[in-house]
Amino acid sequence: MTAIMTSGAACHGRPASALTGIAVITGRNLRRLIRVPTLLALATVQPVLFVLLFTYAFSGAVHVPGISRYIDYLLPGVFVLAIGFGASQTGVAIAEDLNTGMIDRFRSLPITGSAVLAGRVAADALRNLFVLALMIGTGAAAGFRFHAGPAPALAAVGLAVAVSVAFSWINLLLGLAVRDPETAGLAGLFPVVILFFTSSVLVPVATMPGWLQAFAKANPVTVITGALRALCLGGPTARPAIEATAWLAGLLAVTIPAAIARYRHATSS
Amino acid sequence: MTDAAVVAEGLGKRFGPVVALDGVDLELPARSVLGLLGPNGAGKTTLVRILATLLKPDRGRARVAGFDVTGQPRAVRRRIGLSGQYAAVDPFLTGAENLVMIGRLYGLPGRIARRRAGELTGQLGLASVAGRLVRTYSGGMRRRLDVAASLLAAPPVLFLDEPTTGLDPGGRLALWQVLGDLTAEGASLLLTTQYIEEAERLAATIVIIDHGQVVATGTPDQLRARAGGDRLDLRARPGQDTRRLAGALGGLGSAEPAVDEAAGRVVLPVADGAAVLPAVAGRLAAAGLTISALALRRPTLEEAFLALTGQAAGSPQPRDAETGGVHAAQAQPARNARRMR
Repeated sequence: MTAIMTSGAACHGRPASALTGIAVITGRNLRRLIRVPTLLALATVQPVLFVLLFTYAFSGAVHVPGISRYIDYLLPGVFVLAIGFGASQTGVAIAEDLNTGMIDRFRSLPITGSAVLAGRVAADALRNLFVLALMIGTGAAAGFRFHAGPAPALAAVGLAVAVSVAFSWINLLLGLAVRDPETAGLAGLFPVVILFFTSSVLVPVATMPGWLQAFAKANPVTVITGALRALCLGGPTARPAIEATAWLAGLLAVTIPAAIARYRHATSS
Repeated sequence: MTDAAVVAEGLGKRFGPVVALDGVDLELPARSVLGLLGPNGAGKTTLVRILATLLKPDRGRARVAGFDVTGQPRAVRRRIGLSGQYAAVDPFLTGAENLVMIGRLYGLPGRIARRRAGELTGQLGLASVAGRLVRTYSGGMRRRLDVAASLLAAPPVLFLDEPTTGLDPGGRLALWQVLGDLTAEGASLLLTTQYIEEAERLAATIVIIDHGQVVATGTPDQLRARAGGDRLDLRARPGQDTRRLAGALGGLGSAEPAVDEAAGRVVLPVADGAAVLPAVAGRLAAAGLTISALALRRPTLEEAFLALTGQAAGSPQPRDAETGGVHAAQAQPARNARRMR
């Protein structure tokens, strides 16, 4: 008879390191992404559609002073939009894990809770690197160009990945707080839609009515889009980059501890 | 510390107005099996979740493998395996991928995790489907995979919450076999179940909880003894009125007889079966009744369980929260026995 307990695998060895934990959870989430057709479509078709729809729907109507091609103005903001929309799936996924008992299982294992959440954030970041490449490729076919050189272009991609990290933590917190997958999905999309249309992504803030301008200028989507634009198109980058970084750092400083605290007490039903 | 795998003292937990656990004491000696029996909502799952570090108790304390569940949760988690009430496996990974993932999270190197996954899928009859996405599994296959996940790192203490719920008889037997082997190899196992047969087959000690309190602890034999005396099991002839049969026996037993009209069966609790037999025969003859079968037997564990939990008994009897509160049961055997099916 084969021994069940004693095949040299007893758990008296060292517990998994935090990095191993994060890597294993990241792998799990990437596998799911590839195997769930709707997730894959959301990750690929949606960003491409965003680029094409907004470019061709608005490029005839909107003329931004100092910008010859509208897509050059638009694309950095669409990065933020696509990442924001995609991140709502993160809230859905963590709420599903909570309801199916996966979180119970993970919490009964000798890994830190932050590894489970960080593994999700890392998988989202990798997915978004792919999404960014897809959008830049599509944009390039429609006339988009980086005007500030390769180093700022790389910095723009880096900033976009930081945006992905912030959105992931926000949605993890939302998903753990509302616990219901459908509610989590809506809760994740709602602020993105509001902030998107009250930002400088589609039109310059100066074209908005006065009462909206104050809000639009302070809107983090405007601030982050401004920094991405500066890195893609050229011009002064220091100040927008610092403002965007401050926003992202502030969001992470609030959401990471809150999400980890929620996770520690999260249990199904 | 003692050599106990699990020691719980005075565990209490409430969810809002609902008292889930109300002072539970429990001890699972190392290398043994404890069956936790109780009706739905008795607090079994809450207890398992506290012991598996998923929930913090409001009061009391518990040690698992010698470590405090609230103070040293990481140390506890390294030594436990948990299979919850619902199969917690990822439907979009294959069975093997699920197991390797869990193994790696326990800290096993990939090579060993894969080997363990191969062994366990074989033992639990999942070898042929290990490469398929779990999404395509039947409920019973998921269940077995979930149990396999809890066994992956061969933890010394196992918590299985209703492990065979939803399994077909074959799957149940296969799982019982694996669990039996596990404990023979030295694992300590706490299992909750609603199946008395399962508790009786696997567990050396059975703890019955109800309304968040331990109502009885003992071996299956001890619990049977607490159901009070023997049972006289009579079968009416087809077409005969079982109620009349029961009526004829009035006052002979230690409690009122239980009547199952559909089965044509009357079960009479008796303090001393052999002594009461002549009187039974006399009553039947006097009433002109004949029976098709008669058996004198010990109470089943199910009868004991119903007597001890007094499930739907109108007014809850005062219960002894102490482990091994022997006297709790004896109060109302008559009323409870009537509920036997």
